Amino acid sequence: MTLQDVKKTALASIWFVFLTFPIMVIRVNTITQTVVWRWHNMLYIFLGTFFGGLLWRFALTRRKVGAKPIVQTEDEKAAAAQSAAATTGLKGTVAQLKVRLAEPAVRKSLIAAGLVLVLLFPIFSSLYQTSIMITALIYVMLALGLNIVIGLGGMLHLGYIAFFAVGAYTYGILYRFFDVGFWVALPIAAFFSTLAGILLALPVLRLRGDYLAIVTLGFAEIVRILLNNATGFSGGPAGIRGIPRPTFFGIQMNLATVSIYIYYIIVVAVAVTIFVVWRFENSRIGRALVAMGEDDIAAEAMGIDIARVKLTAFALGSFWAGIAGVIFASRTTFINPASFTVWQSIIVLSCVVLGGMGSIKGVIIGALGLILIPEYLRAFSDYRMLIFGAVLVIMMVFRPGGLIQKKRKAYTFAVQTEEQG
Amino acid sequence: MDFDYFLRLFFSGLTRGSIYALLALGYTMVYGIIKLINFAHGEIYMIGAFTALIMATVFSFTGMPTLAILVLSSLVALIYSSAYGFTIEKLAYKPLRKAPRLSVLISAIGMSLFLQNYVLLAQTSNFLPYPSLLPQVPVPRFLQGIINSQQIIIFTTTAVVMVLLTLLIKFTRMGKSMRATSQDRVMATLVGINVNKVISWTFLIGSFTAALGGILISSFTGQINFYVGFIAGIKAFVAAVLGGIGSIPGAVLGSLVLGMTESFAAGYLSSVYEDVFAFIILVLILIFKPSGLLGRPETQKV
Amino acid sequence: MYKRIAVFAVILLLASAMVFAGGRQEAGEIRIGVAGAHSGDLASYGLPTVNAAQLIADEVNAAGGLNGQQIRLFIEDDQCAPDVAANTAAKLVGDRVVAVLGHICSGATNAAMEIYTGENIVTVSPSATSPPLTQSGDFPTFFRTIAPDDAQGQLQAEFVAEELGLTSVAILHDGGDYGRGLAEFARAALQANYPQVNIALFEGITVGAVDYSAIINRIGAANVQGVIYGGYHPEASRLVTQMRAQGLNLSFISGDGVQDATFIDVAGAAAEGVYATGPMDTSASPVAQAARAAHQAKYGEEPGPFFMNAYAGMQAIVNAIRTAGSTDPAAIMSALRSSPVDTPVGRITFDERGDAIGVGFAMYQVQSGTYVELR
Repeated sequence: MTLQDVKKTALASIWFVFLTFPIMVIRVNTITQTVVWRWHNMLYIFLGTFFGGLLWRFALTRRKVGAKPIVQTEDEKAAAAQSAAATTGLKGTVAQLKVRLAEPAVRKSLIAAGLVLVLLFPIFSSLYQTSIMITALIYVMLALGLNIVIGLGGMLHLGYIAFFAVGAYTYGILYRFFDVGFWVALPIAAFFSTLAGILLALPVLRLRGDYLAIVTLGFAEIVRILLNNATGFSGGPAGIRGIPRPTFFGIQMNLATVSIYIYYIIVVAVAVTIFVVWRFENSRIGRALVAMGEDDIAAEAMGIDIARVKLTAFALGSFWAGIAGVIFASRTTFINPASFTVWQSIIVLSCVVLGGMGSIKGVIIGALGLILIPEYLRAFSDYRMLIFGAVLVIMMVFRPGGLIQKKRKAYTFAVQTEEQG
Repeated sequence: MDFDYFLRLFFSGLTRGSIYALLALGYTMVYGIIKLINFAHGEIYMIGAFTALIMATVFSFTGMPTLAILVLSSLVALIYSSAYGFTIEKLAYKPLRKAPRLSVLISAIGMSLFLQNYVLLAQTSNFLPYPSLLPQVPVPRFLQGIINSQQIIIFTTTAVVMVLLTLLIKFTRMGKSMRATSQDRVMATLVGINVNKVISWTFLIGSFTAALGGILISSFTGQINFYVGFIAGIKAFVAAVLGGIGSIPGAVLGSLVLGMTESFAAGYLSSVYEDVFAFIILVLILIFKPSGLLGRPETQKV
Repeated sequence: MYKRIAVFAVILLLASAMVFAGGRQEAGEIRIGVAGAHSGDLASYGLPTVNAAQLIADEVNAAGGLNGQQIRLFIEDDQCAPDVAANTAAKLVGDRVVAVLGHICSGATNAAMEIYTGENIVTVSPSATSPPLTQSGDFPTFFRTIAPDDAQGQLQAEFVAEELGLTSVAILHDGGDYGRGLAEFARAALQANYPQVNIALFEGITVGAVDYSAIINRIGAANVQGVIYGGYHPEASRLVTQMRAQGLNLSFISGDGVQDATFIDVAGAAAEGVYATGPMDTSASPVAQAARAAHQAKYGEEPGPFFMNAYAGMQAIVNAIRTAGSTDPAAIMSALRSSPVDTPVGRITFDERGDAIGVGFAMYQVQSGTYVELR
């Protein structure tokens, strides 16, 4: 950090004072025709942007120095471990810790601890904690599903929430007209949302990039507007109330117990999703999807049936959204079209990108973070969404590839060098 | 339903289309250069309109004539919005030049959220009445009841802006640099174009048109709050894609098609479903012309 | 696979750390939740309620508190989204609030009530007007200081048919929960009681659209004498302004979403003559005047939508706790039902279902820039 930097930052702060002048300093009320001048805000802006700016500059220079290649082969890992052992001081300790964590034994015990925590979580946490964790896990499911389309297939899908809506409304409508319960509705809703996914995918097989994005966005809006206006069928804007929570072999439970029960249902659902997505990724069609995401023409030339791969991706992605939708409906017991706006699609998309496209681990962290952060930001009340917006920008600037960048499978030939042999 | 009715719907479609066009122009220019769907564009529009409102109220205390207030406050607002556009690009997009495209998109979404809440907190959450800055003058008799002077001002402004932008891009040095950058950024750098400068200019110009749109629309609708940018932004994005994103005449054509579709759907069918019809038209056009009305077909490199 | 679960472990460790960090209990305070949309597009309807709660809490606390205890507010944002509202409600339950002022939107209120009901938390909403909230009987702890939509629809129909004597109307709505509900109640009331009134058009408009001239042209072509609109004031003022600009001088009748001073300020001259149903006029009452003055003094601007209802709701909660002398839900509820309180919306108690007695609707008309109660 040189004097030059400090000077530059100070100049930038003056620029921000100028920039925010009309909005921050002047406050008009066109009704009473009064103007309030808030000069003190100029000082706050200057100080805030100055110190913020110094941090920003510092972090940006660090980011430039610390840029590392993503692909790591076994050799590089070993080299990193060696260099970690060689370095001393805090950096060395951290690096050593990383290596230690990568050891199978340590990892296994950590995982066991994690599993126990996941299972015990609702028992020693409050209703609120369980409740937001359920919401977060619903978004984990959504993000995992969307990850199939975006992260693996590279198709920008802005209408994913529509399938979530199809799932939730299938349960709602089945309950409304046929008094169907949770467990019966679950497979039916999954079927319908998968069907909707295929129906959307068929006309858009030819579209790419942002054109695909806009059509999917349009599809979601059409679904929402139809639900909003088909009053007799979907309840219109007033939605469907009193949707039953899941029962356990016909046993009704009180709120606290049923929340824990829903928590376990969603944990199992997420576990199944992770397993299936993980298997899918390494399956023939999954790899075909990744290949298509990289370069669809090359993939087609290699003999991949692009249409089939796209349809599979959309169908599988929508399937999980449908399941998540049913759990969502049973949990809030009330659904209306306001829960399924473009904004929700954007949130799910942010989960995927923020966590790291294509990486299951990353997407899970992204979704948990993105849903839980605003909840924990409640302490900042009014400033909550402001901070959330800033966090999104900062995260992207400093981790553009997402929190956990996908490691591509790298096949190295087993040519052992002498030092390691 | 008679011909007058048709004409009225036509002009209301034209108004909508012109408004979308002013926003879509900025979208499409930014997209052309850095392939980014700039979600914060709608917020620039909102900030431009808000700044004009604040300035107009402040100036109105000095007892200036209305026309002077209009010109001065718009000028300040346009300068400020351009400055916002410029700063946003430097802060949220420039550090991401080499990042995956979707990361920049999320950064843009974050920026949009931040700006909305910034105005909400620094100003107010309530709707504020927006002074009618546009002069209301009587129109020729045969147009009365079909169109009013505000609408005429909106069409004319849009047309002028589009012509100016086209000229700028066709004939000026900066315009040529922009075209070169949008075709191939690396090559542009090699032939000595300062790409960062080109991008900054694109944001300046895009924000300028967005703010212009903001001022016109807000004085047309007569009210504003911090949230007006979001929906208008999404619509403009749709219009830009419909016309073929990256193309300036395409953005205007797409906006007009979108505006007309909505207007006629609302007039002859049902206004609840105007967005549904707009999106259906969009899907149909994209199915038959997958890169929009005037978009260049994506060259598929094999 | 293992790695993935390891990530879970870390997250949950963090989460559980937060569990233990929160939830501390301090004695000697009465906890009241304030929930509603405090961010997003509907924030302008939720934030005035926060101001109302804050004003009363400050006043009570400065005067020595409630039953010797200080009021502590728990202000929580639900963004008017049902799913967020469910979490908000769970949070307030966890914070052990004794009563909640909120929520703002009917949908969010419905989702939140599913949680409060089981926990016996008294809830007073200033603005959730959906009839089933009280009429279904599902939520015994729910109260509101605003009349339900069906009462309003009935009054509008009566006014249109009997006072104005119109024979042909168009009904518009904003497609939202409140707006569409209100429009449908008005339509139902017209069809049931006044078959002579022809409903030429029943249509929704798109909120936030940049221009409404297409739908206005349709109204013009439908040859009606009046327009009934269900929705909020931002759209209403644009509809009215554009209608007048196109020379359509029809009667415009709307509900309490429009019966708001901002409507007149925004619509200006075009607002003149507009009818709107709203809570009976009590703005001249000393309580309302004082509330308004207090808001002016603290926040430097006029109170926003539902402020008076929120103020009344908070007063009712405070009064009920004081009368009951405890924070026992059953005692508070019985006090709400039996002990009247003077509020900006009148002297109110609540009936068995939770609707406020003494809160009714009256028809207003904009005359020389203010709403004037008719009759």
